Amino acid sequence: MKKLLLGLLFLFLAVLPFLGLSSYIMHILILVIMWSVIGMAWNVLGGYTGQVSFGHAAFFGVGAYTAGILYHHLGMSAWWGIPICVVVLTAVSLVVGYICLRLRGAYFALATLALGEVCRVAAENMVWFTQGNLGILIKERTWVGKTWYYYVILLIAAGSYLLIKKVMESKLGYYFVAIREDQDAAESLGINTTFYKTISLCISGVLTGIAGAFYMNYMGYIDPGVVFSLSDISILTVMVVMVGGVATYSGPTVGALIMVFLAEIVRSAPKIGAAHQTIFGVLLILIIIFLPNGVVGDYRKLFKIFKRKRARA
Amino acid sequence: MSLLEVQNVSKFFGGLAALTDISFVCNKGEILGIIGPNGAGKTTLFNVINGFYGPSKGDVLFNGEKISNLKPHKVCARGIARTFQVVRPLQRMTVLDNVIASAFMRAGTKAKASEVATEVLQFTGLSGDKTLISKGLPLGKRKRLEIARAMATRPELLLLDESFAGLNPTEINEQIEIVRKIRDKGITILIIEHHMKVIMSISDRIVVLNYGKQIAQGTPAEIRGNPVVVEAYLGEERGA
Repeated sequence: MKKLLLGLLFLFLAVLPFLGLSSYIMHILILVIMWSVIGMAWNVLGGYTGQVSFGHAAFFGVGAYTAGILYHHLGMSAWWGIPICVVVLTAVSLVVGYICLRLRGAYFALATLALGEVCRVAAENMVWFTQGNLGILIKERTWVGKTWYYYVILLIAAGSYLLIKKVMESKLGYYFVAIREDQDAAESLGINTTFYKTISLCISGVLTGIAGAFYMNYMGYIDPGVVFSLSDISILTVMVVMVGGVATYSGPTVGALIMVFLAEIVRSAPKIGAAHQTIFGVLLILIIIFLPNGVVGDYRKLFKIFKRKRARA
Repeated sequence: MSLLEVQNVSKFFGGLAALTDISFVCNKGEILGIIGPNGAGKTTLFNVINGFYGPSKGDVLFNGEKISNLKPHKVCARGIARTFQVVRPLQRMTVLDNVIASAFMRAGTKAKASEVATEVLQFTGLSGDKTLISKGLPLGKRKRLEIARAMATRPELLLLDESFAGLNPTEINEQIEIVRKIRDKGITILIIEHHMKVIMSISDRIVVLNYGKQIAQGTPAEIRGNPVVVEAYLGEERGA
């Protein structure tokens, strides 16, 4: 039943471009799907394994720059960035994991926060390699319309979803959750926590990087301030998952849908547009207080709130 | 034959000697009790055996091989499982998933792991609760879940840290039954316990710690009659 529903949803998403939607709507849809990929990726590490990262911009940016640099320096198609960033990000994740995963809880979060910023500053200053703040521009876009980009990211999202589902139902998934719930107990039950945390980080990092490489191809331009952004990438990633529902399969997608639309609405609103980060901050506080498990995790509570309102009216 | 050998183990935290020169042997198939007043170093001893701490001095041998300074997951793979004094179930997982997670260490596939888990839950009398989220279990069952989880790793030696504390008399009797059943399976048990009636009735031998030092060891009868132990720990309880 659930499988059927999921198949129907995928089919629906697959025929969406034929409805003749405007290019703006298509752009929003692409962003929603891209963000749900990033959210799902973060969820593996932060949601299931319990290692909250505030530095996923590092993985996103490295993925984007992998694609960009392949194009800029080697003259290859930036699409090669997607397969090649798998290798690059596995390597990056192993190094990051080796250094940061010995830290726990808030200390790990702070280390990843620093990681994202370190990457941004490095990318700004290694001008010979990354073009610094000038950024990298892809001069010839692959497709003029949005439709094919949409299909590419849809496939990436479906692939990520299936991969994560497969992982979570296997031994790895059990180990990830065991580590989240109690690292010492997990360790004493024969789980090599450092090793499995590193695997979780690799999966999370690689998927985020793929989204980054797609972003390079889709937007055609990146600079360090955009792809390594603390507020617009790292924090937004956490928000997407928190709003949608931590450690749920569909949470990141629901969260991405809400956050991307909200961002568009708030940014285009007169006068308050510049304060969109403040508004996100308030939203996050409200979510933590009223829906600590996100929209998907606490949807019953959400219904109740609406019901109560109706009863009062 | 000795399964576990603790040789002159000391553990210092800065200037504090939590354990000083502890030596004892745990034989295959026996239940060895460890008693002592609060702060005597019993749990520290478990943490050293289990690999959370490396001993400052001395060695721990398991099946004749040195296991001190191995990481806890490696110690577990060698065949030593433990429970915690403060129960630490994987809270947001169901009872069954808790046990499956630890069964995976020996079982290659998920089917095999859940088979082992179901069997262990049956053994510990938790079959009826397997779909519950472990956070909501009453203490008695959570303590049993701790044992079930440890059993799912198929240990040769089981370390039980106060598995009886805080239980009511009925639960204590059930728990004693389970511990005896575990021993009947051929698993050696090292048990920390404050409940004197329990420890005296189930242990084959007892080691007594006080202020990190080993002050006595022997059969329950010998311990009960040992003046040093009575003074340090048993006190008035002897007459009761």
